[in-house]
Amino acid sequence: MNLAQEASLVAGKDLRIEARSRVTLQQVLPFGLIVLLLFAFALDPDRGVLRDVAPGLFWVTVLLAALLAISRSFAIEAANGARDGLRMSGLDPAAIFLGKAAAVAVELAALEALLTVGVIVLFDVSLGAIGPLLLATVLATVGVAATGTLYGVLAASSGARETLVPVLLLPVVSPVLLGATRAWEAAIDGASSDAWPWIGVLAVFAVLYTSIGTLAFGPLLEEA
Amino acid sequence: MTLLKPTVARVLGWTTLVALIVLALFGLWGAPADAVQSDAQRLMYLHVPAAWIAYLAFGVTAIASGLWLWPRTRSPVWDRMAGASAELGVMFTGLTLLMGSLWGRPVWGVWWAWDARLVTTAVLFFLYLGYLALRRVPGTAEGRAKRCAIAALIAFVDVPIVHFSVTWWRTLHQEATVFDPELKAHIHGVMAFTLWFGVFAFTLLFVYLLDRRYHLECLQEGLEDRELEQAIKDRVRGSVSPPKVEAKVEATVEAGAER
Repeated sequence: MNLAQEASLVAGKDLRIEARSRVTLQQVLPFGLIVLLLFAFALDPDRGVLRDVAPGLFWVTVLLAALLAISRSFAIEAANGARDGLRMSGLDPAAIFLGKAAAVAVELAALEALLTVGVIVLFDVSLGAIGPLLLATVLATVGVAATGTLYGVLAASSGARETLVPVLLLPVVSPVLLGATRAWEAAIDGASSDAWPWIGVLAVFAVLYTSIGTLAFGPLLEEA
Repeated sequence: MTLLKPTVARVLGWTTLVALIVLALFGLWGAPADAVQSDAQRLMYLHVPAAWIAYLAFGVTAIASGLWLWPRTRSPVWDRMAGASAELGVMFTGLTLLMGSLWGRPVWGVWWAWDARLVTTAVLFFLYLGYLALRRVPGTAEGRAKRCAIAALIAFVDVPIVHFSVTWWRTLHQEATVFDPELKAHIHGVMAFTLWFGVFAFTLLFVYLLDRRYHLECLQEGLEDRELEQAIKDRVRGSVSPPKVEAKVEATVEAGAER
């Protein structure tokens, strides 16, 4: 088996567990929508404030939900000694990393699709340039999933994961929040030329942390 | 086990203290008041050196973490040094933010501005605060060192990305004055001296504190080992003879099985 096949095996496993247990469907997705509602309560929905700040609210919500998805991604390995099984499966650690990150990315993509509908309906946002918007979303999602998986295994190896992951992950992904929010703002305003530099930042972040993850996951999984 | 010999550390400690007193004298009375900012500018003699030490400390953490990860140079020395340096880095970053805020109030009129360098420094503070939290998580020495070294490098790689993205986002801060080759900054002689002397004094302070913190870490590790040894000794002394302990264990296991 090559790297891609092994990775898709791990991703398939994680996604099958999610499809059957429905934790993501019944807990993480509703959480995202609740946060959107709370933002509307916190900010006045009548004066168009929500429409102006929708990109930022969207990505803050995605980051908060990503914390849940990541903690879930490693919680399923904790039960029944699954992590030992994974470690002894003979799969390339890089493939395990890519697989788990891909599964998180797919879950986040589903959440983002739902949240996009949410901001269109609830916050009265109309999407402008779809191309840059979609590209920025994909790159940001890859970046968050990669860093999240990396910190997930880091925290899992230390046994304090629930509280440790946010404090480690959120500062690191702050450029993603910044880049994705600016790219969305530019795309929604139809000024897609302003979006490209931010898409560049998101691409650099995604490539960098995916490579670090493939290198560092093995040694960290050993400790987990 | 210390980085510096005890006598060297002692001399360094006294030198640092003298340098800091001299810095205080120059900063408060020696240097003239700024034409525009008046006395508020005097905070710069602490703010700039503190910021410099913060960057130096995070640089040391990154290098030490890299040296730990490199198999040929792997040694607990680097792990301890990375941890000690990160702690100092967080402290000096915090001080930098605090003093910047105190200075910003009279000069900019606000405690905080959403300016590129401020935001980058704040993110830096939280990045390494997370690293320190990770360091406090118990585990085997080897495992903990590996986790922390990797986490330190992940954080370090993020710094330029944060810096560039935040700089694009907004820029209001004074451009780097002293190091700008175009500007050929003309700072009053005594003011420039005080600033550079501040950097020097704080660098001494950093080396001294790093050595002390490293020493403390060694002592803590020694204490843990000694407590473990003592506990084993107490245990051995407390039991009348080893076979009885085994019998007890078996009895417990049987009781568990019956349940």
